[in-house]
Amino acid sequence: MREKLEELLAKARGEIAGIDDGKDLESWRIRYLGRKSELTNILRGLATLSLEERKAVGARANEVKTLLAEVLQQKTEELKRESAQQSLRVDDALLARGDVTLPGRPYPVGRLHLITQTINEMCEIFASMGFQVVEGPEVEWDYYNFAALNFPEEHPSRNDYSTFWVDWKSPNPKGPILLRAHTTSVSARVIESMEPPIRVVEPGKCYRYEAIDATHGEVFYQLDGLAVDKGITMADLKGTLYEFARRYFGEDRRVRFRCDFFPFVEPGVEMAIECIICHGEGCQLCRGEGWLEILGAGMTHPEVLRRGGIDPDVYTSFAFGIGIERMPMLRYGVDDLRLFYGNDLRFLKQF
Amino acid sequence: MKISLNWIKQYVDTDLPPKEVARRLTMAGSEVKGVQVIGEGWEGIVVGRITAVNPHPNADRLTLVTINLGSSEETVVCGAPNVAVDAMVAYAPVGARLINPHTGGQETLKSAKIRGVVSNGMACSEKELGISDDHTGILILPEGFEVGRLLADCLGDVIFNMDVTPNRPDCLSIIGLAREVAALTGGTVHLPDASYEETDELIDNHISIEIEAPDLCPRYCASLIKGISIGESPRWMQERLISYGMRPINNIVDITNFVMLEYGQPLHAFDYEKLAGRKIIVRRAGEGEEIVSLDGVERVLGSNMLVIADAERAVAVAGVMGGANSEVTEETTTILLESASFNPRSIHYTGRTLDMPSEACMRFERGISPELTMPAIKRATQLMAEFGGGQVVRGIVDVYPGRVEPQPVAVTTGEVKRVLGVEFSREQIEGTLTLLGFECRPGSSESEVVATTPYWRSDINIPVDLVEEVARIIGYDEIPTTMLSDPIPRQTTEPIIGLKRKLGESLTGYGFYEIISDPLVNLEILNRLYPESHSPASSPLRLANPMTIMHEYLRPNLRICVLTAMVNNRHAEGPVRLYELGKVYLPRPDDLPDEVEMLCGMLGGPRSEMSWQAKTDKAVSFDFFDAKGIVEGLLTRLGVNARYEPSTDETLHPVKQAAILVGGRQIGVVGELHPAVTEAFDIPDPVYLFEISLPELLPFTHEYRLFQQIPRFPSMLRDIALVVDAGTAYQKVVDIIEGFPLVTQVSLFDVYSGDQVPPGKKSLACRITYQLPDHTLTDEEVNKVEQQILGKLSRELGATLRS
Repeated sequence: MREKLEELLAKARGEIAGIDDGKDLESWRIRYLGRKSELTNILRGLATLSLEERKAVGARANEVKTLLAEVLQQKTEELKRESAQQSLRVDDALLARGDVTLPGRPYPVGRLHLITQTINEMCEIFASMGFQVVEGPEVEWDYYNFAALNFPEEHPSRNDYSTFWVDWKSPNPKGPILLRAHTTSVSARVIESMEPPIRVVEPGKCYRYEAIDATHGEVFYQLDGLAVDKGITMADLKGTLYEFARRYFGEDRRVRFRCDFFPFVEPGVEMAIECIICHGEGCQLCRGEGWLEILGAGMTHPEVLRRGGIDPDVYTSFAFGIGIERMPMLRYGVDDLRLFYGNDLRFLKQF
Repeated sequence: MKISLNWIKQYVDTDLPPKEVARRLTMAGSEVKGVQVIGEGWEGIVVGRITAVNPHPNADRLTLVTINLGSSEETVVCGAPNVAVDAMVAYAPVGARLINPHTGGQETLKSAKIRGVVSNGMACSEKELGISDDHTGILILPEGFEVGRLLADCLGDVIFNMDVTPNRPDCLSIIGLAREVAALTGGTVHLPDASYEETDELIDNHISIEIEAPDLCPRYCASLIKGISIGESPRWMQERLISYGMRPINNIVDITNFVMLEYGQPLHAFDYEKLAGRKIIVRRAGEGEEIVSLDGVERVLGSNMLVIADAERAVAVAGVMGGANSEVTEETTTILLESASFNPRSIHYTGRTLDMPSEACMRFERGISPELTMPAIKRATQLMAEFGGGQVVRGIVDVYPGRVEPQPVAVTTGEVKRVLGVEFSREQIEGTLTLLGFECRPGSSESEVVATTPYWRSDINIPVDLVEEVARIIGYDEIPTTMLSDPIPRQTTEPIIGLKRKLGESLTGYGFYEIISDPLVNLEILNRLYPESHSPASSPLRLANPMTIMHEYLRPNLRICVLTAMVNNRHAEGPVRLYELGKVYLPRPDDLPDEVEMLCGMLGGPRSEMSWQAKTDKAVSFDFFDAKGIVEGLLTRLGVNARYEPSTDETLHPVKQAAILVGGRQIGVVGELHPAVTEAFDIPDPVYLFEISLPELLPFTHEYRLFQQIPRFPSMLRDIALVVDAGTAYQKVVDIIEGFPLVTQVSLFDVYSGDQVPPGKKSLACRITYQLPDHTLTDEEVNKVEQQILGKLSRELGATLRS
């Protein structure tokens, strides 16, 4: 028995020395340490031996088992180390396919439309000043587009808001039905439906009956804003718009406020920023003026508040309207409005 | 509108540089969009008189022109046909900067030998001087300029290209702009002297004027000038008209135009002899009444238009255009001059309806004060006497039924501060308003100013109008910049806005590009979406005045727009994934349409970009399950459980489409476009679509949900391969399996039909996850349930285990 054990130990040690992969090592383990291994047989056979022999052989058998387990452990670690070394070794296949300058596996990339990105950015800026985003209908009553905003009927102030009319009859006195020419119509609805204090911005599609060219489209986007409360002043309007321009166009961009006319505000304001190309020197973009008009604004006309059920003697209000396309056109130099709604991937992929 | 600064300066003195005048006008509301300096760069160019014209010795078409420049004489070679002795010309010496008429660029004039003769400088054309595009001959100057004087001092001017806001009809005149300049520079306005001699005859003996429609004509003034001889107007007047962009016609027409530009009051001159019955009647037109207007076009009028008539017929469309039947011609000797005030809305309506925009119309429709008629008619009458050779019959007929006493407007310093956010003293307010021509007096309190509006300012009605006057003259720069200091109002978020953001986030993550389309579409193209019925179920909303038939209808669905974008991008390489989030417009009786927010996405082309790792070069195309997978991903992200059923959308492939059902309601559809549709849109490859109604989806997207404990006991996975009829929906299998306790998930990992299963059958290989929250499952427990599952599948679907 003893000899058998020593023989086994020597044989196992000899075999394991030549093993160089995990599979062979596993069959070695089964052969020498498995349930049906010789060693197990010897251990099982101990019962047939005399007590003394049982003690001596048994002790040695357990020693052999421990020794084999140790050898196995060593070999396992050795193989693991080798395999780790192996994986770092460079061969031709790895040289070909492991070239780190090869392109990665393509994952799809998508983007929001530049207009959506712009609206989101603008809304975030105004949201940080307490303005909430609201939306309103694009197909609108004449009343909210014009009369509620102090546009008299048959007045040339309507001329700049050339209108698409919808071929749909309605007995509603707020009719007829049109495609809104500005998002200021949403302000008219807000004044009518909300209680002060109010701070809202209203982005959305607008429509004008205009021949389509590089700077005009029958469809375009606007973002109107409205604030109503006791004690709102034109100084607040200037501050709010200045903050917007600073955050959208950059820290040191100068702005200019001048008098302008819109029927729904008094006093009326037009805001311009210092030309982004020439910084006020005068160039082609700003037609030599050094300034780029970016929005119209003003203190909401008392008549507009009154028509919406807000007492202009108690509350003051400011309003502004920004053409959305103009923002990225100025920032990125997009030179044709038609690109926004042509949906060409070569344009969409740029932003 | 082109405005000569020289002309403005005739009425107000200012030494400010033109650019500064332009800036102040712009800041105060009358925008100067461009400043054109005539005479800029005319250094050295002087007025000369031609003293001799001799033939060129070597060229038939050239002449040698000798020009007297006062202290010297120069001879130049000239090719112009209009050279003549005694003509006044503009002489440019060598070294002057001129425009090359062929290139348009500026060049320095060099001494040149032309066909052997040295030309010492040249006589210039208008084009070479940059005055106009005329290069047919040299510029011949009017008499009166001093020989040797700098041309810039004689002809130089600054032209403002102006945009006047619709509330300021007074600024559509030189005097009105002069008043603005005066207020902005502290100057004073001096008006032209309009006095003239009159004959002893009384005008009332020659004409009677009757206003039948005083609501549309608050005032009508007329003067009568006899013995007129029609001819050219004076050169200076013609130049004023030309500077504005008007063509001189004859002395009478030019005077009416000149005074309109000068004062802002449109005037009309009738040939008095052509007026029947010595009568002017201002009345509404008869329905269908006809008149031939000055441009020779026959106009059909309506009863809400105003005409000027004589005893027999209409002789002018009031405020819009004169009639041919009373036109001033070469033979005219007596002029009846009209200066009237008309209702602005009526003029706007008439001008718009007859499509006759005119300078007169543009002024009337903005609302000119009736008070302006008198100073303007006096000025024009004076000019006609002076430059038309006429005698003025005594008196001016003045019918003025619409006289309104001016209502003073009061404003307090408190109101100014309430609106502007900055304090101005009563003196500042009064001072500013006085500069603008308001008459101010103290009001009922220390802080109040009561201002009587000057007649030319029709736009001042309420206190805040005065606030704007103060702000714009003092300057918006003087108003401080503050942030809103009132508390932020309570915010409520429109949930659909959040939903749109989340959908956009998911879709862009899946590789989709968002598109935005014009919602106005063409009906014929829209109908191509319906290969069977050839039209949408209900007709879309139509515009009454479309720009083109390509944009005539409001889209009733979003797929038309996304498909159009797919067509536009059909030559793109690689996968095309587009979506739009936008409204569709569904008509409702007697009301605004229902504007429904929709999501529509489409996919086409290969599933992925070309890659060196792809197993084959042949790219795998998208299929139905790409589109469905996207919908599943979107809805899972929103925490929405959906079911899918075969559907019957006409635009989609009859078999490859499914309705998306949530909570038993259809919220959308997913499928492959019908081959007839892709063919109609000329797209070669299949296109897959998904479409979801946001209002239908929204109620199921509530973010509120309860935390689920992470299982503490292991799950057990079992794979089964079922054989069922090929037509049995997988959904039925899942429904049965998921109906059993212990089952937490069913995943399908293979679908097979072919040799290995009987004909008419398919094999579905599913992995079932079993789990319990309170203990580790035993084989026995799972075996029991699995047997029950198989039993039920067998009973209800005839399913067997695949051997």
